[in-house]
Order: sequence, then structure tokens, then C-alpha cells
Amino acid sequence: MIGYIIRRLLYGVLILIGVNLFTFVLFFAVNTPDDMARLAIGGQRVSADAVEKWKVERGYDKPLFLNVKQEGIQKYTETIFYQRSVPLLTFDFGASDEGRDIGREIKARMWPSLALAVPTFVLGLALSIAFSLVLVFFRTTALDFWGVVVCVVMLSISSLFYIIAGQWLFSKILRLVPYSGFAGGWDTLKFLALPIIVAVIAGLGSEARFLRSLFLEEVGKDYVRTARAKGLSERVVLFKHVLRNALLPILTGAVASLPLLFMGSLISESFFGIPGLGSYTLDALSGQDFSIVRAMVFLGSSLYIVGLIMADISYTLADPRVRFE
Amino acid sequence: MQMLRGRASPRYGVAIPVSSVLLKFAALLSLGALTACGPQGLESPINSPYIAGAENQNVLYTAFTQRSPKFLDPAKSYSTDETPYTYNIYEPLYGYHYLKRPYALTPRTAVAVSEPNFVDQAGNVLPSDASAKDIAESIYDIKLRSGIVYQPHPVFARQPDGRFSYWPLEPQSFKDKFVMGDFQQTGTRELTAFDYVYALRRLASPRVASPIFSTLAEHVVGMQAYGKRLREIDAALRKDLPPGTRDLPWLDLREAGFSGVEALDEHTLRIRVKGLYPQFKYWLAMTFIAPIPWEADRFYSQPGMAQRNLSLNYWPVGTGPYMLAESLQNRRHVLVRNPNFRGEPYPCEGEPQDRAAGLLADCGKRTPFIDKIVFNIEKESIPLQGKFMQGYYDIPQVDRGDAGVAMLVAAGDSAAKATLYAKHGIQLPTTVEAQMQYFGFNWKDPVVGMGETPEQQVRNRKLRQALSIAFNWEEYVAIFQNDQAQVAQGPIPPGILGYQAGVEGINRVVYDVKDGKPVRKSIEQARALLAEAGYPNGRDARTGEPLVLHFDSASGVGGSSPTLDWMRRQFALLGVQFDVRATDYNRFQEKMARGVAQMYMWGWVADYPDAENFLFLLYGPNIKAGKGGENASNYMNPAYDALFEKMRDLPDGVEKEQVIAQMIQILQEDAPWMFGLFPKSGGAFQQWVGNAKPTQMVRNTLQYMKIDPVLRSKKIAEWNSPVWWPVVLFGLLLCGIVWPAWRALRRQDRQTAFGDVAQEGVR
Repeated sequence: MIGYIIRRLLYGVLILIGVNLFTFVLFFAVNTPDDMARLAIGGQRVSADAVEKWKVERGYDKPLFLNVKQEGIQKYTETIFYQRSVPLLTFDFGASDEGRDIGREIKARMWPSLALAVPTFVLGLALSIAFSLVLVFFRTTALDFWGVVVCVVMLSISSLFYIIAGQWLFSKILRLVPYSGFAGGWDTLKFLALPIIVAVIAGLGSEARFLRSLFLEEVGKDYVRTARAKGLSERVVLFKHVLRNALLPILTGAVASLPLLFMGSLISESFFGIPGLGSYTLDALSGQDFSIVRAMVFLGSSLYIVGLIMADISYTLADPRVRFE
Repeated sequence: MQMLRGRASPRYGVAIPVSSVLLKFAALLSLGALTACGPQGLESPINSPYIAGAENQNVLYTAFTQRSPKFLDPAKSYSTDETPYTYNIYEPLYGYHYLKRPYALTPRTAVAVSEPNFVDQAGNVLPSDASAKDIAESIYDIKLRSGIVYQPHPVFARQPDGRFSYWPLEPQSFKDKFVMGDFQQTGTRELTAFDYVYALRRLASPRVASPIFSTLAEHVVGMQAYGKRLREIDAALRKDLPPGTRDLPWLDLREAGFSGVEALDEHTLRIRVKGLYPQFKYWLAMTFIAPIPWEADRFYSQPGMAQRNLSLNYWPVGTGPYMLAESLQNRRHVLVRNPNFRGEPYPCEGEPQDRAAGLLADCGKRTPFIDKIVFNIEKESIPLQGKFMQGYYDIPQVDRGDAGVAMLVAAGDSAAKATLYAKHGIQLPTTVEAQMQYFGFNWKDPVVGMGETPEQQVRNRKLRQALSIAFNWEEYVAIFQNDQAQVAQGPIPPGILGYQAGVEGINRVVYDVKDGKPVRKSIEQARALLAEAGYPNGRDARTGEPLVLHFDSASGVGGSSPTLDWMRRQFALLGVQFDVRATDYNRFQEKMARGVAQMYMWGWVADYPDAENFLFLLYGPNIKAGKGGENASNYMNPAYDALFEKMRDLPDGVEKEQVIAQMIQILQEDAPWMFGLFPKSGGAFQQWVGNAKPTQMVRNTLQYMKIDPVLRSKKIAEWNSPVWWPVVLFGLLLCGIVWPAWRALRRQDRQTAFGDVAQEGVR
């Protein structure tokens, strides 16, 4: 297994290099360093001097991939791509284009993101499993039919609608929670209650429908019939047999997405004023801060790779038949 | 910002059915959530986003949208969103009177607004009415008030033996310091003229790259050469350092100076300006000319500071009424009252209507009135508007007037909203500001520009005039500005010397005058002009080809929007095809810099309330293409340029007004712009906010505002009582669904092939 993990990690490094290259090309295909400088400096009377200084300070005065003015290896190392990419491989994110330490920002902002994402993930998964099991229990009844209809309706609605509707209902009409904001300690609950409820409800339709189909597939299998024939209650059949056997595909999604919880939610954090990594990324995109964008894309890719490896490992724990050999 | 404290709130306890472990857990979680909201339960409403009882304090809550201010360094700051901080922390020599209109300069740290002394080439003093051509230099000797001291700040902190507490510092000694509050000791000292000298020298520093350097260097004696000298010094200091390094040795500007700016003594600043430049005084009211203590520059130059974002850009040092106490990027910024501020008296004069509006009631009282100002980020308009209506924001945005204008429009569109705003007692004053939006033609373009031959020039001018008539700005303002703008007759907005109200100001090329009011010329007249221009019915008379004009839009990719569609229709009235070349703002700027756009729309916010700051947008030597100036139309007219040069040197008065009128007439005839509109600026203020007057020119408004926390607290409690019954109803509904399901599950558990086991047992 160790060999397998090492092999996967090495593949991961190649993927990261590819992602880094792709991000770089995409970003600079639509932005020139001059654009970035003008946007970063802003205001009236942006002087050519100020643009040049901005570029020099951040190393954007160099060529993108090939520096023909240099000799030997420096042709490649004295370029924006090399100087911006190589430190990333050691997780040295450096400074943002505004000059702020990206590593420190990530450390500070991952907690609000996690505070929102972890409860959303856990509650969302638990509620989806419970709801889908109820639908399976009442399969072929009107409850199941209308439950599926509700799921389809819910998954058809944009998550933005849930946010706006949630703020309208709970903040404006009922006045039970603040519209937005964030605080530490126990007060986090007050600010996160609405975003969590909204996120759980927004994800319930698609998640429950997916899980219902998984459970229905299992319910028709021989071992379930055998379990029932043994006289086991439907509750035991569903929770002990069906749920456990359907865990494998659930694990695929759940474990792989665990590391990505760090990355936060772009829309939710922005609407609810949560100072997490999602809003950090969104700010960087709108401000054309390439340093942050590439750092967040790199971090996201790394976490995704780690998530996939974790999912593979979890297979062996959930299903002893799965072996890496 | 204090953290919210948890405290039990029995008032909001709800009965939760306890029938299973899951339900118990849910009940505990709900209870936890509610008790966590406890402080608001007792002292503040449950939906309050602040600490318990925050609304009772003398604190003003407002918001900023999108992102934190980029530059708080006064030498770099040039964006409106930065001004609530910079103009309340720093003090330039002058400011603008808070209430008077037209805007009037008043001293801030200076004793008075000084008039310059003029000297000729030989250094002889000239009379104040000397001819501009005789004046070699204008010398401003500005007396500073004594006794002004800086805010408490670590840069001034000293040990008992006189050594600086935080200089020199080893990088490892402040490893755990990321904000100014991490430095325990603070100090202060008196403001001197040397601090202004240092600030002006710093504008020339290549380390700063101030956006205003090139403009000031044209006027201040020796500044251009000083900038070059500093470049050389800086290059020498960087010689052995890798490029891009952030820890640079301090560039001590006390050592190297220039003759244009000097301190005659501790409280007298001398600035020498080339020739006559009456507008120079306005630059002295901007934060570019805010004092910089050399201690601050040295403190922030220490190795490791830049990496921790410890710089003037994030942690300003000033003498103003407020100081920055907290700065969480893209989250929250807090200004608190500067304990060392001397307390400026509230103005006693204003516009005639100010007394009736209660704006003079605090005449002579010491400012600032508010203890603390909290700026929270609100990226989306729904939470911003929602919190404002709940009373949690006193002003939606301090730096912009959009919110007030938007609310006025909403109130005009909806009676329900108008009633709601009235019920909440929201104040929505508006004013026309010193800013404009215009539609420009590129003078370098062969079709809509100047034209190469005299005949072509006449044809092109007639084309521009025809388009100016056809483009109905009154309709544009009604549709797209919701009537919250004034249609412009020329480039000078109201409230600025040179603006002509009434019949005299009407653009006779575009309007006829009927009953003393402007009436847009008919479309037939525009068509006639178009035919004279060589495009009858929108087709080239020589080739028969349709006339296609290209509009460079910065509104993003697509080229289709209600505004652009409306513009197409205006051009179509003349049979002219309107082609949109849509792009993003960066590409748009690039096109403008290269002078390749044909038609465009842009705006300008005045730096200072002088006609020169608008008329220079069409001054020939100030063209954008190739020269990087602000004349985006690249308009060149020697007659206009000569008048501009004359006007620039004139003091305010009748003669200057006459010259401006001539210049406007030239512009109306040449029509390098369709003059567009002057947007209104508005304010939205809660009923408990006092002394609020909308303005985009006076930027230190927070100093004059006040709030009534008692009224605020009462109104917030009134507007925010929570509604619980839907939650209880939802709980009951949930029980109504869960309970039958649970029963069905139990029944199925008990069922055998022979029926229900439990019931069998009973039988």
C-alpha cells in the first residue's frame, strides 16, 4: 500500500505542475502585467512610472517563459513562470500582489471556512442519508413519489436563490439571525446558523436523490432478501445492511471532498460576509491578484489529490475485498 | 472589535419534543444556538451583528463594499473609497469648509489659506496683480499652527533614556507582531513644517511612485530634478540587492532635499511654484500633502516590516481627528478618536438652508463628536440594504452617494418603499457634484476627429454636431439615471466658477432657447447637418456606403445592454449604424492610451473645485495618446489651448469667467464631446445621524457628524423584535411528518405474516 501511495503522490506532483502551467497560461492569456498593475494601482492619473515600479517590485517585468536577454539556465529561471511556480512546489506561497503574506492569510482564513464547511458537510450528509433512507423505506408509495418530486425541485433551484430566500425569511421577515457577519467563539453559531441551514437545504435535493438511487439498488439484492427472511426488522435491514453496503460510493464522494472543505465556499462566504478562503479566492479573482489565484488553485489541486488518495485508502477499510495489488 | 459574549437567554427558550436521541441532539443544538445569541436577547435584538449593547455606544457603523482600501499611504492614495480613512487620519494643510457652497478652502493645520508672493527672474518681489508673464515663481509661505501633535503611535515610542523603543529592531524581535496593536509602547511629538517637507520629498521617491508626482513636478521648483536624483540614490542603495527584494535600506529623505520645498522654521513651510499657478492651493487640501514624520518612514523601512504588511499603506500615522485602531483586510476597519487631536470647532456658517436643516446647531462645538467608526465589509447589496433598514448601519457607505440616490429612485418607483423610508425617518439629501460623464470623439479619428483638410474639418464638425443633437441626453438621464443627474451644457459642473446657469449657459449648437429654457434641436436639423457633413440619410454621399461608427465600450464582452441598445437607436434616428466594440476596462484603457478608439464614454471626478480641473481634460498638450495625459479625446485646438493657458493663470473673478465662457463656446462649436451629464450625489442617513450633508469634495465629513445612540437603540429594538411562531409551527409540522413515519416503521417492525405481534399479545 505504501508503494501505491508513493506512486499516486508522484503522479500528483506531475498533475500539480500541469495545473500550475495551465493556470499560468489561462491567467496571462487574458491579463498582461500592465493590466494587473493598472487595476491594482487604480484611481485617476495612473503614471507609467507607477505601473513600471509595481511590475518590478513583483517580478512581473520579466518575460513569461523565456528570457532571451539572459544566458544559460537563467534564460528559463529569470522568467515569471519559473519564479512564480517553483516556490509553490514547496508550498511557499509568497506574498500577494498587494504585498500580504498568503500563507498567513490562508492559516487565518481556513478556520472560518472550516467552521462553515464542516457542519454543513456533516449535517448535510446525515440529513441526506436519513431522508433518502426514509424515501427507500416508503418506496413505491406516494410519500416516495412526492419526496422525489421535492428533490428534483430542490436541485433545480440555484443555490443563490436559497441564500437570498434564507436571508429574506430568517433575517428580514423573522429577524432571528443577522444578515451577515462573523465572530469567533460561541458567537460563530449565531452567524453560521443561517449559512449552514441554507447550504444543507441547497444540497439536500441532489444528494438525497443520488443516495436514494444507491440504496434502492442495494435493497433489491439477494442479501437484503435473506436478511428479511431471517426476520430482521426493516430498520436493521436498512441501517445495518443496506447502508453499510452502499457506503462505498458514498465514501468516494465524501472522503474525496473532505480536504476541499478547507477551500471554503465562494458564493456563501461572499453573501454572508464570512472571512474564509472562498471569499479570499473570489476577491483575488476580481482584483486580478495572480499570486493568490495561483496559490489557491495549487492548494485546491493538492487537496483534491490528497482527497482522492484518501478515498482509495478508505475503500480498503470499507470493503476488505478491495486491495491495491 | 470586542468579541461577542455568550449568555443564557431564557426569553427565547423553546419547547422541543424529546422523543429520540436525534431529537435530543437537535434540541441541544438549537438551544445552544439560541443561547449563543443571548447577549442580544437581553440587551440587543437577537439579529444584531454586533456586541451586546453596541447600539448604545457613541459608535458609527458603516460599510465598505468589494474590498479594503488599497492605499492608506497618503502619497499613493487616490481612490474615493480610501478617503474616509485618509482624510480623517491625516491632515493636509488645507481642507474644504464643510457646509459652504461653492466649496471654500479653509485651513486645517495651517494658520490661514496663504496667498503666494510673486517674484520675477531676478528674484524681485512683484505686486499681487503682476502679469503672469512677469512672474517667475509663486512663493507660498505657509504658517502652521503650533501645538498640533501626532496620534499615539509606536513609531514615536522612546525609552526613558531617549532611545527609540522600536528602532532599530531585529527581524526576529517582532516575529509575532502583525498589527500595530502588537507594539505595546506608543509616543507622540509635535507636528512641524519639516514633516510636510519630508512628505513632499517623498512624493518624488521612486520607492513610492506617487500618482501625483509627474503633475506636481511640472509646477514645483526643482521637483523633477529631485525625482531623478532620488532614482540615482535609490539605485545605489539597491545595487547589491536582488531585484524585487522587499527589505530595502531606508531612503532617508532628510539628507537630500530640493529648493522648491523647505521649512523656514519649525512652523513655516515654503513651497516655490514655477510661474503663476493659482490652482496650486487646491493640491494643498489633498492628502498627497499630508505630513509624514520621518520616524514613521524609518520605522516601516526596517527589515521584515514589509513582509508583515507593516507599512504606511496599512498603518497610517497622522494628526487628524481619528486613528486606525483595527485593520482586518477585506473584513473590518475601525477608526477611533485620536486622543491627541486638538478638537476643531464645528462651523458656524453654511448655505442659507443649512440653518433650517439644523446643520448649524452645533456651531463652535469641539469636533469630532463620534468616538469610534466601524467599517464592515458588505460585498452584496441585499445584506447591506437589509442591515441599514434594520438600523444596524447608520450610513450605508460614507465614501459614496450611490446608496442615497438608489433609495430615492426606489422611493419614487414604489409607494410602499417611500412609506417605509419615511416611517424609518431616513434622510436622503442630494446634491449635484463636481463630476461628469461624457461621450467623447477621438480627435485623431479620420471620420469623427479633427479631419486633415479644412473641408474635412468642417464636415467632421457637422457630423459631431448632428450626433450631439440626435443623442438625447434628457432621455438618457430619465431612463438610465432615474432623473438623478443634470444634463450638461458644457464641461463645467454647477458650483464651480465658470458654470453658467440659465440662458447664457445653454449650448446653442444643440439646443434652441424657448421661454428661456433649452429645447433640443429637431432631428430634422440634425439630419440636415449630417447631409452637409456628406452623409445624407446616414450614407456616404460619394460612395453610397452606410456610415458605420464604432463605440468602444468598457462594459464587458457582449456589446448588448439596454444602454447600448438605446444608443444604437439614437444613432439610427440619423440612419447611422452604431457598432459596439465591447471589451473589458483594461483593454479599453489600453485602446485609449494608444488613441485607437473612435467613440467612447468616460467620466471625471474633480480633484478640486476649479474649472481648470475640467477644462484641462481637453487641453492639447494633455492628450492621452502617446503622452499619457487625461485628454482622452486627444482634442487639439490652438485657440482653446491659448485660452486655457490664460485662464489657468487668472485668479477667480470676472475675467476668468469670461475666458472660460469663450472656451466653452469653442468646445460647443467643435463638439469633441457630447457633454453628457453631471450625476447627482446623495446620502442615506438614519434619523439619528446628525450634521450629515452630502458631498464628494469634502472628505473629512466624519469629523462633523454625530449620532444619537439613545434614539438608535430605541429604534433598533422597535424594528427588530424576532418572530418565533413560524419556527414553532415548523417544529410542529416536522413532528407531524416524523411521528406518522415513526409509527409506520414501528408497525412494520412488529408485523409478522400473521399480523401485528403487539396487537396479538393484547388479544
